[in-house]
Amino acid sequence: MDSLPGGLSGAQKDELMDQVKQQIAVANAQELLTKMTEKCFKKCITKPGTSLDSSEQKCIAMCMDRYMDSWNLVSRTYSQRLQRERHNM
Amino acid sequence: MTDFGDSFGTGDKAGDKELQEFLMVEKQKAQFNAQIHEFNDFCWEKCVDKAGSKLDGRTETCLTNCVDRFIDVSLLITNRFAQLLQKNAN
Repeated sequence: MDSLPGGLSGAQKDELMDQVKQQIAVANAQELLTKMTEKCFKKCITKPGTSLDSSEQKCIAMCMDRYMDSWNLVSRTYSQRLQRERHNM
Repeated sequence: MTDFGDSFGTGDKAGDKELQEFLMVEKQKAQFNAQIHEFNDFCWEKCVDKAGSKLDGRTETCLTNCVDRFIDVSLLITNRFAQLLQKNAN
């Protein structure tokens, strides 16, 4: 193995970086899932019945899609703003 | 196999520098993402009334304004707070 003296080998480092990236991606997806569940439950289930009826399921599906649209729009707006602020510094 | 703590303790090695840079960038990306989750959380509450088949123009405008105005408020408060601190220090 092409181990650096006292350090990680190139392959070990790549593996570590991949793991970090993956863990961050999982955490990000979990956060999105938690928020989406909370927001869409609130929007779609006004009176919890004995089962999820089809209109509630449709509402949940639509709400998920819109929540992700909104997330992407917010993301775009925020990065544009950051760029503008950096420009003004 | 090299010990983990071992390789992190030696900051002067070229390999560790690359790792440090990598971690810094990833941390910044994670902070950016966390901020978006937070913005989206309360701007959704403020702007999205009913989840329809698409986000309408008014909702989109509301969302972008919500993000920009929140940042304005954050900057305004930070600046004013700094001024207050300075006044108290004098």
